[in-house]
Amino acid sequence: MSWTCSNYLCLSSSSSSSLIDSHELTLFNRCKLSSEYKELRRKDHDSLRPINTCAYLGLKPPTHKLDKGQRKKDCVLNKPKNICAYYSLRPPSYKFDALEPYMSQRTLEVHWGEHHRGYVESLNKYLEKDDILYGYTMDELIKVTYNNGNPLPEFNVAAQVWNHDFFWESMQPGGGNSPTLGLLRQIEKDFGSFSDFREEFIENALTLFGSGWVWLVLKRNEKRLAVVQTTNAITPLVWDDIPLLSLDMWEHSYYLDYKNNKAQYANVFMDHLVSWNMALARIAYAQSFVNLGEPKIPVA
Amino acid sequence: MALRTLATRKTLGELCKFQQQIRGVQTFTLPDLSYDYGALEPAISGEIMQLHHQKHHQTYITNYNKAIEQLDDAMSKGDASTAVKLQSAINFNGGGHVNHSIFWKNLTPVKEGGGEPPHGSLGSAINESFSSLEKLIAKMNAEGAAVQGSGWVWLAVNKELKRLVVETTANQDPLITKGPSLVPLVGIDVWEHAYYLQYKNVRPDYLKNIWKVINWKYASQVYEKECL
Repeated sequence: MSWTCSNYLCLSSSSSSSLIDSHELTLFNRCKLSSEYKELRRKDHDSLRPINTCAYLGLKPPTHKLDKGQRKKDCVLNKPKNICAYYSLRPPSYKFDALEPYMSQRTLEVHWGEHHRGYVESLNKYLEKDDILYGYTMDELIKVTYNNGNPLPEFNVAAQVWNHDFFWESMQPGGGNSPTLGLLRQIEKDFGSFSDFREEFIENALTLFGSGWVWLVLKRNEKRLAVVQTTNAITPLVWDDIPLLSLDMWEHSYYLDYKNNKAQYANVFMDHLVSWNMALARIAYAQSFVNLGEPKIPVA
Repeated sequence: MALRTLATRKTLGELCKFQQQIRGVQTFTLPDLSYDYGALEPAISGEIMQLHHQKHHQTYITNYNKAIEQLDDAMSKGDASTAVKLQSAINFNGGGHVNHSIFWKNLTPVKEGGGEPPHGSLGSAINESFSSLEKLIAKMNAEGAAVQGSGWVWLAVNKELKRLVVETTANQDPLITKGPSLVPLVGIDVWEHAYYLQYKNVRPDYLKNIWKVINWKYASQVYEKECL
């Protein structure tokens, strides 16, 4: 199951569009979206796949080897000549001025409308040219193009498309405050306290050299939370870890609002923008894959 | 009486600290620009120049001074692990200081010869290696636009082979990391802070326009010093 499988499915059914507009869009709703889509696909609804919406057309899960001959054989549904699968630019689930005064409308217009859009268009251009990368889900595409540390040129654009989608979801209007319930308990367990975690997250943001991202991840093997710094387009997905939150530390993300004042940007993100609801939903979902131990059930 | 002894002890302490500073490392200060912040308009806005010089470059210098003082401290104590840990901060902040110092000299207002094509030995070397100045500019713009994330694009001369090369470096890595005998002639900062306020994400436009204020006279001087 892909972490953001439903981001790239553009369904023409009306039920999905109301979910996308909703401010309460949670991971659970979107999982429902993807299972809906699987139902539809099983019934072989070719009419639901117009040319300029994106769809996952391969029916058999692709192997991770980029072997052209092999892929064409494995693919039950061969790529029809007149239909191409494209990724679309998904807007954030809030209006552009909803994050004011912490992140200006102008920043969102340029960051989403120019940078993110540019990445999506470049990705589609690559996919148009190359048959080998066809049929992967976004997560698989990122891992495959990362090529174990020797990234292919498609990696930067694919990963940045994913990273930015994730970043918009990591923020919400009226965000900030502190996490609650299981997420807070896990943070206290792995960092000592919420303020220790906050300090570590902000320190990582300020000591990043050059462009990159700061993440709160759930490490799959170590079964614990961690704060991770990555450079340029790298995402914790390539190490199979599960990201819960991200902060874009590329200069384009804060320069219009805060100029070179990274500290103010990072603090404002933590205080007013971060979406703990989204992080909570993600960690709840992650627990289907990572055993974080027995839940603490209060004794009556 | 007690007050006087207190006073002398305090001044003695200050004297010791002062002597320590004299014995300590050579710290760096922000070099001045030989032109006004607004003199490079419309290629680079005054706001960008001011922020770039007074905030970004100053931050690199401040952090570099801090890092080399900590390094000096660690070395005198024989603390190898701290000394090694400081290397990335020194590389980044020191590289930032060195690169930006070169960058300010690479720029000059139009009325002082900015953008004027190089004559003399550098001009002919460019025509030899790249067939024309336009081709060189096109190549540097292409490489500059292709830099992922933050970095620099350089026109450098290999002083051993007496050849001109176009190189890119990531973050604030100095050019020397791409080759021990490379001497920078022209460097262009393609970090987003260098152009974002004016050009937003359209880095190619910034690269096209910056050539109007490049100081080829300085580049020629450096080239002649290395190659003649």
